[in-house]
Amino acid sequence: MNDLEQVAKTGRCKHPDRCRHFISSLIIGLLIFNGCTTAPLKKWHLPSGATPVKHELDTVPFYPQKEYQCGPASLAMALAWSGLRIDPDDLAPQVYTPSLKGSLQPAMITAARRHSRVAYPISGANALLQEIAAGHPVIVLQNLGLSWIPVWHYAVVIGYDLNQEVIILHSGITNRKTTALKTFENTWARSNHWGLLVLPPNQLPATAEEHSYVRAVVGLEKARKWTAAIEGYETAIGRWPQSLAAHIGLSNSYYRQGDLQSARGELQKTTLLFPEEGVVFNNLAQVLLEQGNKLELGGPLIKEYQKTLDEIQTDEP
Amino acid sequence: MKFIRQRSKSAGAFLVILMVLLTVPYQTVLAAMIETEAAMDITAAGQEARNQIKTILAREDAQAVLRAEGIDPLEAMARVDSLTDSEARRIADQIEELPAGGSFFVTLFVVVGIIVIILIITDALGYTNVFTFIR
Repeated sequence: MNDLEQVAKTGRCKHPDRCRHFISSLIIGLLIFNGCTTAPLKKWHLPSGATPVKHELDTVPFYPQKEYQCGPASLAMALAWSGLRIDPDDLAPQVYTPSLKGSLQPAMITAARRHSRVAYPISGANALLQEIAAGHPVIVLQNLGLSWIPVWHYAVVIGYDLNQEVIILHSGITNRKTTALKTFENTWARSNHWGLLVLPPNQLPATAEEHSYVRAVVGLEKARKWTAAIEGYETAIGRWPQSLAAHIGLSNSYYRQGDLQSARGELQKTTLLFPEEGVVFNNLAQVLLEQGNKLELGGPLIKEYQKTLDEIQTDEP
Repeated sequence: MKFIRQRSKSAGAFLVILMVLLTVPYQTVLAAMIETEAAMDITAAGQEARNQIKTILAREDAQAVLRAEGIDPLEAMARVDSLTDSEARRIADQIEELPAGGSFFVTLFVVVGIIVIILIITDALGYTNVFTFIR
């Protein structure tokens, strides 16, 4: 839901050449303003052993952005890393809002889903470092200006070095831009530390939580990417075998894909795991019905069954 | 006169058709698959129910009741975590059905009592192991 609350924030990045002066003078201003706040950096230093002191990904291709197009460029880099080469110009119609001269966060999320990728928002230094250490690039939203003169900008974090106190980004027209941790923290904090993972559906985020991850896969269902959704739900079940929503999502995706037989098999397995959940039985009945099965009481003890059913329905034992 | 009767007849027929059209869509509920999101809300409700039970158990007076029953409050909390969604929902429903009003302490005692009973049942089934004297 975090992503929807921040609808107003767009990556309205101007052409970096033209406004570099403006931005750098703003950043210098920020450094002066925030010169004595060292506290925020503490959270970047995780307990030893949690993540390596430095790590950099060399598998993220760089696409320089065009004017105002940091959103499509950042998403294209993340998609390319995930194995899907796509030109930022082709992404622009799905992501970029011309009247805003920028890209909204929900547009970034839905565009990733439309390309069969799991879009998983993360927040904060801890999650960012863990994901980079796990080999996942992270799209971040920064405000390079001030809270009252915002200069929103999307970039892709590809590495960090805690000894040098730097973050390495693919940003604007700069490949491997090294930014002081302090500056990055200040600019990132203004988007409430918003980050986005764009992952193939067979890869789990390092910081994945059950509910958030399954919700992210539901997004693939919404985008009608059934094959990707099936893979995403299977990934979720691999990690959380007891996730009711993932099991239901898996059978629903088979069903929407038209594969009634697989939907039926999955639902039958799920009834054994969750014998008290009505949803599963309802969906199983629906699939059986559509497969042309006649659903009615039967067998040698049908009279007893019928009596029980009557008593249940009249509620008089 | 005849003219008016003919007219009113056709108007009546029109009204009948209109009423049928208005009521029919609300009467037929088509069988359908339940969407994943709807199912997720049920899971969320389970989590909410679990939190509701834990909020009650976290109260000091509730913990006193637990101790009086010979149950370690921390252990009880851990067992609440291991309840399935439907079990947690059932307990929370039972708590909500309790008559409102009256002495709060009595209500609290009953609430904790229900939770204790549920934990005893799950113990007996072997799902949990709060009470060492069972099994």
